[in-house]
Amino acid sequence: MRTLTFTGIAVGIALLVATATSVLVENEYFFSASYTVLQFVVLATAWNILGGFTGYVNFGSAAFFALGAYSGIALDKLTSAPLPLVILAGAAVAGLVGLGMGYLTLRLRGVFFAIATIALAEVLFTLVVNWDYVGGARGAYVALAQTPPLGFRSMGRLLFTVMALMAAGAVSIARFVQVSTLGRGLAAIRDDEMAAECSGVPTLRLKLISTTLSGALMGMAGATFPWFLSYVEPHGVFSLSYAVNSIAMPLIGGMYDWAGPVIGALLLGGLQQILQVNVPADWNLFLVGALLVVFVTVAPHGIMGWTRRR
Amino acid sequence: MSGSLFANALVSGLLLAGFYAAVSVGIAIAFGMLDVVNIAHPAFILLGSYAASVANSAFGIDPILTAAALSPAFFALGAVLYRLYHASFERRGREPLRGLAFFFGILFVTEVALILAFGVDYRSVNTGYIGTTWRFGAVDLPLRLFVPFVVSLAMTVGLQIFLSRTFFGRTVLAVGQDQVALHLMGVDPVRVKQLAFGISIATAGVAGALLVIIQPVQPSLGREYIGLVFAIPVLGGMGSIAGTLVGAAVLGIATSFTATFFGPSWAPAVSFGVLLLALAFRPSGLFGR
Repeated sequence: MRTLTFTGIAVGIALLVATATSVLVENEYFFSASYTVLQFVVLATAWNILGGFTGYVNFGSAAFFALGAYSGIALDKLTSAPLPLVILAGAAVAGLVGLGMGYLTLRLRGVFFAIATIALAEVLFTLVVNWDYVGGARGAYVALAQTPPLGFRSMGRLLFTVMALMAAGAVSIARFVQVSTLGRGLAAIRDDEMAAECSGVPTLRLKLISTTLSGALMGMAGATFPWFLSYVEPHGVFSLSYAVNSIAMPLIGGMYDWAGPVIGALLLGGLQQILQVNVPADWNLFLVGALLVVFVTVAPHGIMGWTRRR
Repeated sequence: MSGSLFANALVSGLLLAGFYAAVSVGIAIAFGMLDVVNIAHPAFILLGSYAASVANSAFGIDPILTAAALSPAFFALGAVLYRLYHASFERRGREPLRGLAFFFGILFVTEVALILAFGVDYRSVNTGYIGTTWRFGAVDLPLRLFVPFVVSLAMTVGLQIFLSRTFFGRTVLAVGQDQVALHLMGVDPVRVKQLAFGISIATAGVAGALLVIIQPVQPSLGREYIGLVFAIPVLGGMGSIAGTLVGAAVLGIATSFTATFFGPSWAPAVSFGVLLLALAFRPSGLFGR
């Protein structure tokens, strides 16, 4: 019941913020910037379900994001499906790939799993580059409707609302995972997998649930991306910056709590959106990488760790 | 399939394999022997490429000379980096995943720093032998590949002799197996690992110079080599330099045949695909215990 209450509050806040900004804010750039920040909230939360709760590092976030985006492209080319269906499809495809990746590699030591995720990302990238139906290396366009549905004033505003709802959903799922017995099992795996296995925790099954859920949420975040830019090309969606950001945000916010990635994503994502206007994009990425290195070295428990110790 | 096409693919695969050995021998040491999962290794390779390219375009120095001259600097860089890694992660106990994130951050920061310093354009080197190709009947032997092949084999075999014949080399082999025993022998394992990690990064610098002889480089090229540098030691059975040579031969030939018969755009997936399969079905390597 508490989970339902929390979900209700999260969705309520998302709707309230979306409605209020839609009425009050005139500047279209606000919606595109906020969409990007919320997209990182979803990505960081999804990464943290596997990375923070379970203790398995996924370097292939960009690949799952791209799977979502390309599911959208493929579905749009087949039949111009409505957005909710696209989101479901993106989540399903990325979740299935997450499940498959888990089956292949989760019997390995954590380090090998991490390396395998890099390999998986690169293999998927090569497949997409060579897949002509979705545009190959040239990329693909998505035709946008002349007037956005449901009475929204622009596509940007509609997508912002959709992403706000997805962020609320992702955070609610992450919180549910954390407080449920599932989360306790995952934490046991993170702290000592051998001991967990010996105590009767079904480690492989829990890890598979974790990779599937994490992958599906990343795919969900990527599914609407083609409509956000109206153009998708492999180098863009497979960009290493998605992987780095979705690791840096939970690390900076704190990995052991659902709130950590949210704080990290809002801070780091917001900072990048502000900087983007003022400094070249490469300095922006340099900052994210440098913050990641500094935080992991100096403050291993992130911002949440500061409050907890006192 | 024509015979000469086949022979040429085989020869260039073997030449490529020599270069692959140089690229991955550092990981065989760092990951296989020291248990330091340095996924930033390709970033140091690219650093070596850029150093060689800058020295070549400014002073006309041969990339291999630059690599030899700079290897003490790369060694020192590795030694310092290991100190930092040890103080922040190893000493605090079981936090290998934060160490991974640390190296991932280093990889990314180095890549972006190269973009900021040199832009995203391709850089290359000019030497007398790059355009030359020796022909033996129908088989081509481009010096662009043959020179890196020779240098790399010399470096790999030299390292193998050094590690198996000297006292220090044997402490490196021992440090991954039993640190307490090493302590009892009067050897400081942290110091051994520090020096060995320095050697590992020094090989990355040399491999970078070889890379820029073989092909033009740009900053994001490094991550294409992550799969390769890990696939080869994993295939070769982790921590065995002879195994690394075999793993390099497998991947070199596989990559060359893929590029010849399916097109170069599929080649990058080979090393990663082999790595995924190796991890899934034979994580202890082809000759694993």
